[in-house]
Amino acid sequence: MSAAVSATGDGATPLRMTYREACKQAIRAAILADPRVFLMGEDVGRYGGCYAVTKGLVEELGEDRIRDTPLAEGGFVGAGIGAAIAGMRPIVEIMTVNFSLLALDQIINNAATIPHMSGGQFAVPLVIRMATGAGRQLAAQHSHSLEGWYAHIPGLRILAPATIEDARFMLQAALDDPNPVLIFEHVMLYNREDVLDPGITKVDIASANIRRPGRDVSLITYGGSLFKTLDAAAALQQEGIEAEVIDLRVLRPLDMTTILGSVARTRRVVIVDEGWKSGSLSAEIAARIGEDAFFELDAPIRRVCSREVPIPYPAHLEQAALPQSPAIAAMARELVRGQ
Amino acid sequence: MTDKVHLDRAHGRRLLTAMLRIRRFEEKCFELYQTEKIRGFMHLYDGEEAVSTGVIEAMLPGDAIVATYREHGQALARGIGMDVLMAELYGKQEGCCRGRGGSMHIFDRATRFYGGNAIVGGGLPLAVGIAMGDKMQRRDSVTACFFGDGAVDEGSFHESMNLAALWKLPVLFVCENNAYAMGMALERAEAETHIARKAATYNMASEAVDGMDVVAVEVAARRAIAAMRETKAPFLLECLTYRFRAHSMFDSQAYRSRQEVAHWREKDPVHRLQSWLEQAGLIHADEVGMIEAGIETEIKSAVAFAEAGTWEPVEDLERFTTMDRVPQ
Repeated sequence: MSAAVSATGDGATPLRMTYREACKQAIRAAILADPRVFLMGEDVGRYGGCYAVTKGLVEELGEDRIRDTPLAEGGFVGAGIGAAIAGMRPIVEIMTVNFSLLALDQIINNAATIPHMSGGQFAVPLVIRMATGAGRQLAAQHSHSLEGWYAHIPGLRILAPATIEDARFMLQAALDDPNPVLIFEHVMLYNREDVLDPGITKVDIASANIRRPGRDVSLITYGGSLFKTLDAAAALQQEGIEAEVIDLRVLRPLDMTTILGSVARTRRVVIVDEGWKSGSLSAEIAARIGEDAFFELDAPIRRVCSREVPIPYPAHLEQAALPQSPAIAAMARELVRGQ
Repeated sequence: MTDKVHLDRAHGRRLLTAMLRIRRFEEKCFELYQTEKIRGFMHLYDGEEAVSTGVIEAMLPGDAIVATYREHGQALARGIGMDVLMAELYGKQEGCCRGRGGSMHIFDRATRFYGGNAIVGGGLPLAVGIAMGDKMQRRDSVTACFFGDGAVDEGSFHESMNLAALWKLPVLFVCENNAYAMGMALERAEAETHIARKAATYNMASEAVDGMDVVAVEVAARRAIAAMRETKAPFLLECLTYRFRAHSMFDSQAYRSRQEVAHWREKDPVHRLQSWLEQAGLIHADEVGMIEAGIETEIKSAVAFAEAGTWEPVEDLERFTTMDRVPQ
C-alpha cells in the first residue's frame, strides 16, 4: 500500500494522487467509518474493479463489504435498493452508464418512486456509482453520456465529480443523503493527477462551483468536459477574453442561483456537455436561462455537445464526435467578438 | 416455530375468517369501483385467498413482505388495517400511503410491507436486498416475495433467484401461479410450465402446492420457513391457483372460457375450507354467520372511514419526492 492510499488527509501535507485513487480512498474511508456501508458490483473484488478503482480493497475489507456480483444489473441494483430500505447504506457500482440501462427499471420505478409513493414511510439511502463518457475507443456500447437522462427523474440526486476533491469527498456526502444518489465518474478522469488540498475534508452536493472567474462569457460544464473547457478558457485569455467556467458538479437539482448569477455578470453563455443536444441536460439549462434571464443576455445561448451519433470506435471519429477545446473556444470567441 | 399445523377450532376459524375478510373486501371494492369511489387500475384477488392467507399465517411479525399490484389480500392477511387500506384505495390522505399509491402500491412500515409493486417482476430484486440487509444486520427474519406466473417470464425473476441462492438469503419466493399473465396463458409463455422445477437450476429447494387449499399452503410455507430460519437459504413455493375475476377492471376475458372459470370456481378455497370445517365439526353454520356479520361491520366501518377521509392538500404534492431524513 502506498503512502497515498493510507493517508486520508492529515490537514497538513498536500497529497498528489489520481482521481482513481481519490475514488478508492473515498470508498475505503466510508466503509471503515460505518458498518452499514458496503460496496457491490461486477468485478469490484478479486478483479479490483474494471477501472481499477477498488484494487486491493477486498483483501483489506473482506468479501461482505466489497461484494462481487454476478452480471445482473437489474438484480443487484434492486438488491441495493432493498438493502437500503432495510437499513444498510449500500454503494452499488455499475461498470458503465450503458450497462445501467439494464437496471433502469429498478432505479426509476423503485428507487425514485418509493419514498413519495409510500407517503414518506420509506427512504432509499442508496449510492450508485458508474463510469460515463467517451475517449477510450470503447465504441458505442461503452462510451455514452446518459447522466442527463437520469437528471430528468424526480427523486434522484445526480452528481458528476470532476476534481480530485469531489472524487474524494462527494461519496460521503452522498451516503449522508437519505435519497438515492447517482455518481457519474468520467472514464477520462481516472488517470488524471492533481493535488488534494489537505484543508478540505468534505464537500457539499448541492452547489455548482465557479472554477475560473471571468467577466466576458460563462462556460457551463461538468465532469469530463471541465478540463477541456478550462483549457479553452486559458486559450481565450491569450486573446484577451476572460471566460468564467462553471463546474455544475450536481446535475440534479441544478444550482440555478450560481448559473444565473454568472449569466447576470457575463451576459453570454456557452453550455458544454458530452451528452447529445436533443432532449438533453444542456437543453434544460438553456431553457431555464431563457426563462429566468432572457433580458440579461447580450447574445443567443450556445451549446457545444457531442455530435448526434453513436460514439464510434476509431480515434479520429470518436474525437470528432466529442466537444473539444478549440470548438469551445471558437464558440465563446464568436459570442464575445461577434461573427 | 414448528412446521406442523394442528387444525383445531381456533386455527380453522382464524383461516376462514382471514379468507372471508379478503373475499368480502374484494367484493366491496368491485362495487366501489362501479360507483367510481375507487379509480385507476385495480386487480382483485378472489380465488387466490388461500395463497396469501396460508403463507402469511406461517410468518412472524418481524418478517418482511414484498407483493405485487394484486396485493389487497396480502395487506389484509398481514394485518394492515382495513380502514387505512380502504382509505388508500379511495386516494384519501388517511390511507396507509396518504393515498399516494392507491390499489397497486400498498406500503406499511409497521408490518414491514414493502409494496405493492406494479412492474411485473419489479419486487423480486427488492426482496433479495431486504433479505440481504436483514442478514447483514443479523436479524433473524425471512422475506416473503409474492409474484405471479408472469413474473417468471422476466429476467428479474432469474437474476433474483440466482442472487438469493448464491448469497444464501432467506427469501421465500411465492409464485402465485394463476395460469395467466394478464391474458397470456402460462403454456403460451413458458417452455417449462412447472415453475417449481426452475428452482433446481439455481440449486434452490422448491415445492408446488395446491394453492386452492389454505391448509396445504400453510403447511408448505411453515416447512419452508422453518428450514429457511436454519439454513438462511431461499425457497421457491409455487402455489397453483386461479383468479375468479378479470385481470383488472378493464378485461373482457377473451382469452379464457366460461367453462374454465366455472371449473376453477368449484375449487373455491373459501368454500372448500368452510365445508371441510363444517364436515369435521370444527365450525357450525351459525358461527360462520357471525364471522360474516363481523366482517360486514368491519367493511362498513372501513368504507365510512374512507368516505370521511380527506384529500391531501395540493400544497403537499412534492412532499417526500426527496426525503430530509431516513425514517426510523
